Amino acid sequence: MSTDLGVSRQAGAPSLGRSLVIQARVIRALLLRELITRFGRRNLGLLWLVVEPMLFTLGVAALWTAVGASQGSNLPIVAFAITGYSSVLVWRNTVTHCVNAIHQNLNLLYHRNVRVLDVFAARILLEIAGATASFAVLSAIFVGVDAMASPDDLLKVLAGWLLLCWFGAALGLAVGAASAFNEIVTRIWAPVAYLLFPLSGAAFMVDALPRAGQQVVLLFPMVHGVEMVRDGFFGDSVRTHYDLGYMATFSLLLTLVGLLLLRVAGRRVEAQ
Amino acid sequence: MIHVDNVSKVYRTRFGPRTVLDRINLRLEPGRHVGILGRNGAGKSTLIRLLSGAEMPTSGRIHRGMSVSWPLAFGGAFQTNLTGLDNLKFICRIYGVDHRPLLPFVEEFTELGTYFKEPVSHYSMGMVTRLAFALSMAIEFDCFLIDEAMVVGDKRFHDRCHVELFQKRRDRAFILVTHDADVIRLYCQRACVLHGGRLFEFDTVDAAYAFYESQPAPAPAPVSA
Repeated sequence: MSTDLGVSRQAGAPSLGRSLVIQARVIRALLLRELITRFGRRNLGLLWLVVEPMLFTLGVAALWTAVGASQGSNLPIVAFAITGYSSVLVWRNTVTHCVNAIHQNLNLLYHRNVRVLDVFAARILLEIAGATASFAVLSAIFVGVDAMASPDDLLKVLAGWLLLCWFGAALGLAVGAASAFNEIVTRIWAPVAYLLFPLSGAAFMVDALPRAGQQVVLLFPMVHGVEMVRDGFFGDSVRTHYDLGYMATFSLLLTLVGLLLLRVAGRRVEAQ
Repeated sequence: MIHVDNVSKVYRTRFGPRTVLDRINLRLEPGRHVGILGRNGAGKSTLIRLLSGAEMPTSGRIHRGMSVSWPLAFGGAFQTNLTGLDNLKFICRIYGVDHRPLLPFVEEFTELGTYFKEPVSHYSMGMVTRLAFALSMAIEFDCFLIDEAMVVGDKRFHDRCHVELFQKRRDRAFILVTHDADVIRLYCQRACVLHGGRLFEFDTVDAAYAFYESQPAPAPAPVSA
């Protein structure tokens, strides 16, 4: 029966449960499509999802080791670089792939089950999965070869990481939806991401800054996430500064703004 | 039952808002076939986009009491670096259908041979159109949206499409948009004319056609004066 296909989503109101089933199905389809489209089946195929951020992180770790850039801490540079740069990738890559996501998938909206939120959900999940796997694999390898101590408090690392993921997803929604309104957003994102990097807490410990600098830097929500990840990793050997409540509140508000923008964007989308 | 209720669509242009559809009403019962005649630029494709749900009306509402297809043979949603088979699988995943039982039909209809497992970017126009049409037939809907202009091909292809659509799926509802009255005469019970953003309904196809023929070509959009 065609009515079982879930194609008549607005034919009467389907139950919440049914809607969720359809949505999960659509997101899965989009995920697979995105994977094959972006990474193909040649050479490493979808392993690139993990290898690419790993290469980035390794490169940065090598660079920082070469110039001795672990300002303000007595931490081994490799551990400092891996925790720091992975934390940047998780929000930066997510947003970068959300920018223009609606425009790039306009034609899919002819399939009534596909909503703009699904397009974002698929891309966000993919980026978070890639960055998380890269962080986990690199940590495991370097802990394995004793180049890095194993995490002092794994739960804290996870909590900090999850917050960073949430922040990345929220920022991706907001910036991605905003890019549907005006292409200036697309153009501006690259420089903004570049400028945010030195402020994101990846390349310094908050504790090493003068008091005034700390206050400014802690306005940036991702700093709290990185500090928490490092607190979890290094424990008492470092002094960290973060406020879970601040980062969660910021991410929550950003999520709401993102969803709202997306709703409006979805209504005024113009297919071709 | 599909119910189009006072639907308008306004696009923002550099010269201000432009009303493409102006308070349109339409009803379609299950299994009924309605043709919509309109000249180039009359808003036929806009209407199809609204009916398919790809875009939202500026005002008014569309109630769909049955499942409505995406515009028939619309190939724009293809990911061209994926193969024909990948695209079939994608569509099937979206609609929650197993693709395997559909393979014989799709392979037979598209006549793609080994190209079925090649990226769509390597296809000729004709191959893309055949694949698009076959995928449209792969998912069953209560109502098909057909933009005649999208189904381009030679006579044999047309004939095969018509068999699939108008014979095998004759029990479904159709909304057929075209500027060719003969197609409507063949397959539709009633017809409407889209003109100047308004939709005019007629009981017979002949009455609709007479009206369509009597309308002067629409003046260019007033904003360009």
